[in-house]
Amino acid sequence: MAEEEVKLHGAWGSPFSKRVEFALKLKGIHYHYIEEEVLTKNKSPELLKYNPVHKKIPVLLHKGRPIAESQVILEYIDETWKGYPILPQEPYERATARFWARFIDEKCWPSVWSSFSEGKKEEAIENLKLLEKELEGKKFFGGEKIGFVDIVANFIAYWVPLIEEATGKQLLGEEFPALCRWKDEYVSSAVIKEHLPSRDKLVAHFRARFPSN
Amino acid sequence: MGKGDLKLLGTGVSPFVIRTRISLHLKSVEYEFIEEKLAAKSELLLKANPIHKKVPVLIHHDKPICESLIIVQYIDEVWSHGPSILPSDPYDRAVERFWAAYLDEKWFPSWKGVGLVHGEEAQKKIAGLKEGLVLLEEAFPKCSKGKPFFGGDQIGFLDISFGCFLGWARVGEIIHKVSLLDTTNTPHLAGWADRFYAHPAVKGVLPEPQALYDFLKPFIKPAPTN
Repeated sequence: MAEEEVKLHGAWGSPFSKRVEFALKLKGIHYHYIEEEVLTKNKSPELLKYNPVHKKIPVLLHKGRPIAESQVILEYIDETWKGYPILPQEPYERATARFWARFIDEKCWPSVWSSFSEGKKEEAIENLKLLEKELEGKKFFGGEKIGFVDIVANFIAYWVPLIEEATGKQLLGEEFPALCRWKDEYVSSAVIKEHLPSRDKLVAHFRARFPSN
Repeated sequence: MGKGDLKLLGTGVSPFVIRTRISLHLKSVEYEFIEEKLAAKSELLLKANPIHKKVPVLIHHDKPICESLIIVQYIDEVWSHGPSILPSDPYDRAVERFWAAYLDEKWFPSWKGVGLVHGEEAQKKIAGLKEGLVLLEEAFPKCSKGKPFFGGDQIGFLDISFGCFLGWARVGEIIHKVSLLDTTNTPHLAGWADRFYAHPAVKGVLPEPQALYDFLKPFIKPAPTN
């Protein structure tokens, strides 16, 4: 029986794109990957056709039908393919996971980005403190195994330390013991470590992108 | 389960609270509605939603659930015996979630407060309001597949996520004397809006535009004269 075709339009360095790849890999799903040149803004006609509203990656195609927005894609993957559970089963735990995922994208991501690009650290620190508290006593946000919130928080685990290295500015300091432990656990875990983007390439990219001291 | 097990903190005019109430009504779930005064938030609200300090918050068996789209999905999953809010097919669910995210992250912020501004700023917001209506007009036949609602025969996640804004969109139109959602510009949405307003789960929860306009009136500054 032919495998139903799964395609992913992504970008090598994008944490949003990698979220989807992590989820597909955790579920053991084979997919065809198409690299989009998002930095040069040379978006493919397919991307513009599949995501006309936002014109952004990642876009997942399954049976020829496109799904956009990384968190929407993650839920689709979890509902379509059984096996490794990404979201918890229990409704209150699911609501909690969705809450933190939304918090990460709506509040954490922009504030962390601003802390590096504009030097405004306070909001990022406040947001990270809330995540630190949520993580206390747990191996991952998802408990014993990587789950929805861990996947969404991927940029904190891998990208932020590389921006710190590139710029010489620290964000994840000693006041975040749980997050520091978690990020090491995360990037060294079985499936994730095989599919992280090139460290050197990202550091070089961030050196060019952010003003350093 | 008694009413005491389920509380909803909210206001009568917030589209996000309206979403939650429509969902509870659709499932015929009894709850205690606690009206919040946003200028003086209650201890209960600040304790239940310390991070965002916003309504709506659903409190079920003393556990708070925040963020309206998350609350609606929670309601759908807990009261699974009632009419389904999200469609059963994963692809249809993804499409509705995509649009709901668009409405909250891009569309509403682009025109929020349209009734309170004038001139160029108002024109920008009106353009934002219109852009979303054009997109949803186009999406309607694909989602509804010939049926009366985005969700099909019954109102669903996208109907509720979008319909809650109808009153405020109309207030914007009234104040700025434009007509964006009507039979000429958006025939699908015009028909859908009438059906949505008439739905039993929506009636009494979605305020009429006049009521919202009256609520907003004290805050409206007069247009600057040239």
